Amino acid sequence: MYTTEMGKPDPAKVASIGGEDPALLEAFEARVAADEFIEPKDWMPDAYRRTLVRQISQHAHSEIVGMLPEGNWLTRAPSLRRKAVLLAKVQDEGGHGLYLYCAAETLGTSREQMIEALHSGKAKYSTIFNYPTLTWADIGAIGWLVDGAAIMNQVPLQRTSYGPYARAMVKVCKEESFHQRQGYEIMIAMANGTPEQKAMAQDALNRWWWPSLMMFGPSDENSPNTAQSMRWRIKRDTNDELRQKFVDITVPQAEFLGLTVPDPDLVWNEAKGGYDFGEVDWEEFYAVVRGEGPVAKERMEARRKAWDDGAWVREAALAHEAKRTARAAA
Amino acid sequence: MNRDWPLWEVFVRSRGGLSHKHVGSVHAPDSELAVRHARDTYTRRMEGVSLWVVKSADIVASDPDQAGPMFAPAEDKVYRHPTFYEIPPEVKHI
Amino acid sequence: MPSLPTIQPEDVATAERASHAGNFDAPALDQHRDAIADYALRLGDDALILGQRLTEWCGHAPQLEIDLSLANLGLDLIGQATLLLGLAGELEGQGRDADALAFHRDVLAFRNCLMVEQPNGDFARTIARQFLFSTYQAALYEALQHSAAPRLAEIAAKAVKEVRYHADLAADWVIRLGDGSEESRQRMIDGLDWHWRFVDELFQMDAVEQALVDAAIGVDKAALRPGFDDVVGRVLTNATLPLPVYPRAVVGGRKGHHSEHLGHLLAVMQFLPRAYPDATW
Repeated sequence: MYTTEMGKPDPAKVASIGGEDPALLEAFEARVAADEFIEPKDWMPDAYRRTLVRQISQHAHSEIVGMLPEGNWLTRAPSLRRKAVLLAKVQDEGGHGLYLYCAAETLGTSREQMIEALHSGKAKYSTIFNYPTLTWADIGAIGWLVDGAAIMNQVPLQRTSYGPYARAMVKVCKEESFHQRQGYEIMIAMANGTPEQKAMAQDALNRWWWPSLMMFGPSDENSPNTAQSMRWRIKRDTNDELRQKFVDITVPQAEFLGLTVPDPDLVWNEAKGGYDFGEVDWEEFYAVVRGEGPVAKERMEARRKAWDDGAWVREAALAHEAKRTARAAA
Repeated sequence: MNRDWPLWEVFVRSRGGLSHKHVGSVHAPDSELAVRHARDTYTRRMEGVSLWVVKSADIVASDPDQAGPMFAPAEDKVYRHPTFYEIPPEVKHI
Repeated sequence: MPSLPTIQPEDVATAERASHAGNFDAPALDQHRDAIADYALRLGDDALILGQRLTEWCGHAPQLEIDLSLANLGLDLIGQATLLLGLAGELEGQGRDADALAFHRDVLAFRNCLMVEQPNGDFARTIARQFLFSTYQAALYEALQHSAAPRLAEIAAKAVKEVRYHADLAADWVIRLGDGSEESRQRMIDGLDWHWRFVDELFQMDAVEQALVDAAIGVDKAALRPGFDDVVGRVLTNATLPLPVYPRAVVGGRKGHHSEHLGHLLAVMQFLPRAYPDATW
């Protein structure tokens, strides 16, 4: 489960909130503030609906595109156990994408519309999946770091204000509990393995560390939507809070593996009870958001190809059902 | 032709003796594949012993704007609940 | 070395009173040990190679729901392969476990049938393979549940439930594609045509399997053929598809004579354990 809030400030939103019926808006805000759930047919401000569609569909796209980097190693998993576990994990990601698309559909956007937005490049997905998986250790690193970062994000979303989203997240969190552990288990085997395996493990950490920190999105001062989203309980912690929490939890795990976190500025800060760490390369982050990630083209090409190649299957099934219905009516 | 498969709501009986409970939805071109898709999506972890699927479009729901008239009248019918009645503590099994 | 519990006089007395019926069947099974190992290897390789092919679909299926279905089939098959190759390795007694068998044999030592190693092709060809193979495999496991070799019977009893579902799901898709659009119909015909030459091999018996049939351990596959033809005929009729014409059969998989495709599949699948033979993963 992966989500990053990557929206730019949306001037239309402010205007549309202004355009809403003040009494309805006030009642809505009061319900959300009281931690009540909003359900599909309830009245909601247009901006809330649009923000949710963007966030949930981005989330869903990230799951689906996220199947690709790990799927890249499915045929090469080094043991039958690892193969089965990885297949189950990647399948889960497909399932999570499915749950999330369904949650977004309750807001009045069809899955096909969302998928087309992804394929046209209009919709975004988590930046992390535009990096390549070069060795088997990358599969460990993704489970450990990427799923670890995702868990930070998604656990609070189980209490998000939109009911269908919150319910999808509950299921997702329950199912994902094994994902990070399987990744860390791979890292343990690699870090304690042959010199080549250790080198692969360190190399994977070197490549995935910073992109993992980027998964939490822009720093708080550059995240103008955060305040509104938090007020609406669509988001429950700020990007920087979650990033800090992730670093504090993950550094000792790297130490246990005997691996070095690739950040010369990383140092324990006794006063704040957490680590100080270096600045994320935000230019790289924004480049990947723009769609310039190293394998962004490959990811999009794979998704479009699967969708286009499958068009005749989806159509055939509908054609068959139409024939059957016609025969039953005759 | 470029059309989404219809959406189906999925209900799972988690074990014998319990009611079917709504768990989510799937897309499927017809009812048989809807059951298969529901099975392959929602019962991968031994979540169920029985499945129902129903076309989402066939569900009739109450109107949330009418939640007041629909549900508020039940609020003051406290006499429908056993705690409404006072029975002396020495009387047992009632 | 811990000492064994002492046999008490009352144990001896109980033994004296106990029934003298039955016989020791272990030696009989033991006499077939190598044959059972070979048999488990054939079944295990079928499951492994088809499971491997199905993993190639993950993330690329025509629809999200289909992606999940295909992954479920793959997971079932990899699970079966793990059990069957584990059994094969154990009976073989050369210290090879399921992974050693999966990742450290070359083409000539693989015993799977030719159908399962065929490339996925389009979705229709994948469905044709799944339908034909799972229909055969379901009938096989159905019978194997009653094997005199308890381990084989146990694995078959677990797997038969999985495989029946595979066969039904694939049949559903054969019908939808066959009786769907003009394009899907043609693709389904082509898909079945691709695999039809490998059907005979599924039911082919040899001396090893015949000996196991005689010992009530293995399944008489030739006897499964009429049931298979029935199911296939029924499903193709529902799908409004013509029955393909039987071409000259292509066989050889059970002897290690495979298609060109298996070598490539193995090169990918076995890459890591081969490149780093000292590593544990």
